[in-house]
Amino acid sequence: MFDLQGFGPALLEGTWMTIRLSLASVALGLIFGLLGASGKTSDNRLLRGMGGFYTSVVRGIPETLWVLMAYFGTVSTMNYLGSHFGNPYLTLSPFVAGTFALALCFGAYATEVFRGALLAIPPGQKEAGLALGLSSLRIFWRITLPQLWRVALPGLGNLYLILLKDTALVSLITLDEIMRKAQVAGQATREPFTFYFAAALIYLCLTAVIMVALHWFERRANKGFVRTEL
Amino acid sequence: MTWAERWALLVEWAPQLLEGALLTLELVGIAVIVGLFFAIPLGLARASRHWYIRAFPYTYIFFFRGTPLLLQLFLVYYGLSQFEAVRDSMFWPFLREPYWCALIIMTLHTAAYIAEILRGAVQAVPPGEVEAARALGMSRRQALQFIIMPRAIRIGLPAYGNEVILMLKASAVVYTITLMDIMGVVRTINSRTYQFEMFFLVAGLIYLVVTILFTQLFKLVERWLKVEASRKR
Repeated sequence: MFDLQGFGPALLEGTWMTIRLSLASVALGLIFGLLGASGKTSDNRLLRGMGGFYTSVVRGIPETLWVLMAYFGTVSTMNYLGSHFGNPYLTLSPFVAGTFALALCFGAYATEVFRGALLAIPPGQKEAGLALGLSSLRIFWRITLPQLWRVALPGLGNLYLILLKDTALVSLITLDEIMRKAQVAGQATREPFTFYFAAALIYLCLTAVIMVALHWFERRANKGFVRTEL
Repeated sequence: MTWAERWALLVEWAPQLLEGALLTLELVGIAVIVGLFFAIPLGLARASRHWYIRAFPYTYIFFFRGTPLLLQLFLVYYGLSQFEAVRDSMFWPFLREPYWCALIIMTLHTAAYIAEILRGAVQAVPPGEVEAARALGMSRRQALQFIIMPRAIRIGLPAYGNEVILMLKASAVVYTITLMDIMGVVRTINSRTYQFEMFFLVAGLIYLVVTILFTQLFKLVERWLKVEASRKR
């Protein structure tokens, strides 16, 4: 259809990098989200305040700024830390900085999703666990968490689709993902439109694949549940 | 660097930061208002019963929601110049300008999201109300104008407010096509002063303040339109 002039493999490499970055960010972001939601629903006022502060601050600031801050804003701190370990030029790699920034944003939105899901679990189940003599960590792991997924999955799926598009921002800190590969190829061949369009098609394909996968996961998670129909 | 020096730097760059904030607000404001007008026909067509009417808005929305805004910006600003036909056309004086590129893409981008909100809102109008309107002898057009749209606007308003805030944050990428919005100004200051941490913090605070202001503003509008009342029913 259109001539990629030998840059096809580079675009594929970029796609792989995008996928890896998005998966790493989701893994870390889910932890942030679970911590945030546990904080926000806790009985401790300090923890509730910290959860609230986390979500409102992170969600009020652009993802672009978080990405740049994680990369350029940490240089002097990392250098300072590194100087104690004999490496004064220590910095975060674009991948690590990007993962951290995207996870932070994903986590803030995931906090709200998890909080809604936590509130959807009847308190009687937790009480039943306590009556059986389970520790609170065990209750969370054995009773709350398995049910949490089912309720939270649609919301988390949407967040993952948003995250996938936000990975393009990490090209601004020179990580070689799709966006940057397309940029380089476009400059080299002087046909930027061709390569940006190819990149757009790759994003659309990834989105479509994820949508199908999410649908499958949701069906699996909802096994044995009757869907409320109006 | 002492606090006094930091303060001096901030005061020195304050006018530029203010200008950047105004440009961000201008771009977002125009995009979400013009985008709303584009979104009305798109959203209504998306909710149509006929597949051939649904097809175009579906593709449009899939493209604009499935690709990053940054990519869309680059596609137009850097990409279109590849075609001689575009460079020779009457639109070139606009498409050459980063300001117009950003405005056009942001409008088209947000229109896709607003159209989806509108579709959800239209489909959430209780069918009984539409049937009642029809039973009273209203034409389909009248039912749309007097029953469906006023209800859909109240149902969709909170989501529209969210979209405005998402757009505000998404607009931070326009600095990549050389616009001097908040991020653009901060990046310039960064490269002049090397005070990365401080000015990122300042930018974050500006965005945070604007976000909070918008949230409060939409709360007022919701109260004014009595969104709560329509939700409770």
